[in-house]
Amino acid sequence: MIRGRGLEKRYGRRRVLAGTDFAVPAGGFATVTGPNGSGKTTLLRLVAGLIVPTRGVLEVNVERAQIGYLAHEPLVYRELTALENLELFGRLYRLVERRERIGMLLERFSLWDARNERVSTYSRGMTQRLALCRALLHDPQLILLDEPFSALDDAGATLLDRELEALAGEHTLVVATHDPQRVARLTTMSVALA
Amino acid sequence: MYLADVAALTRKDLRVELRARDTLPAMLLFVVSTLVVFHFALPEGTGDAAAYGLLWVAIVFTALLGLARAWVPEHEHGVLDGLVLAPSDRSAIWLGKTLATLAFLVAAQTVALPLFVLFFAPLDATAIAGVLLADIGICAVGSLMAAMAAAGRSRELLLPLLVLPLAIPLVIGGVGAAVSPEAERYLLLLALYDGVFAVLSWASFEYVVTE
Repeated sequence: MIRGRGLEKRYGRRRVLAGTDFAVPAGGFATVTGPNGSGKTTLLRLVAGLIVPTRGVLEVNVERAQIGYLAHEPLVYRELTALENLELFGRLYRLVERRERIGMLLERFSLWDARNERVSTYSRGMTQRLALCRALLHDPQLILLDEPFSALDDAGATLLDRELEALAGEHTLVVATHDPQRVARLTTMSVALA
Repeated sequence: MYLADVAALTRKDLRVELRARDTLPAMLLFVVSTLVVFHFALPEGTGDAAAYGLLWVAIVFTALLGLARAWVPEHEHGVLDGLVLAPSDRSAIWLGKTLATLAFLVAAQTVALPLFVLFFAPLDATAIAGVLLADIGICAVGSLMAAMAAAGRSRELLLPLLVLPLAIPLVIGGVGAAVSPEAERYLLLLALYDGVFAVLSWASFEYVVTE
């Protein structure tokens, strides 16, 4: 599903992903590891199509509409409620039965009771759970998660463990993490960046 | 489908502004205080032509103020990436932002124009048509330029540098529509500018938000 050969990205004079090769088959679960600044976020942004490589070839055989991306930033509006944010993205993703899907995700990530509160009033953990709802809203084939466990408390992390277990196998996942042990039993391949 | 996306994005911007109150109060405060300062600064017997010129100074800088804030909600939490990843046409993001900025500018002018008439000179239908046409042009071009500037590091500096040169034809058209005996020609110039630059901005937005 994803194949990268000799990938490199330059930010001014700084070079990340110096000639990285990797491939993730459909249904695979890849973890991307490496120290800060090694290019984990860059790799995910490349696969999402948000940036293009300076060198190398990247093939992602999935439509834009089928990519779910959880970034460092939550990608939601602070002044809108959780429901309004998901409504907006659900509309842009042309979801049928949008209300039902949104309700189910908010329930699953324990945000239903806070659905009508503005995101600016949310804790960091609640915002991260909402960001996960947004990334999974359209039931994407390819799911890119950048440090998905960050800011989650124990309950939230356990919830995400269960979610990843349910998604693995049926979806292709690429997870950038500093804690690969957490998803070790689901991982089918690793990309280690230096 | 496209228009439904544009409507949803515009509604979202209006809702965000209604709650945050970041943009419109600043625009109103600026335009009102500018007109008040001009009212006391201009000497007695200054002609209407000079007053119309000052009106356009106030309009252009009020629009700049709105444009400078236009993409802040998208950059605060990286929301622009989320919008760009959605399968909808990316130009809908630009059009939604343009319509919302236009709504804020027109709202500021519903206070500013009566104040101008009170302090300085009358405005006829042609002059008001000139203002509305120029509003469309400055919001269309300005939303694109503001998206470009927002991606850079010195957006406060970059935005006026990008927008002001492009606003010159709008100021010429707007003042001409208010003072010239051949006002229709200036209205035509403004309409032509709006058409050409709206199409250019619409078509090029995708390249501004993606690499």
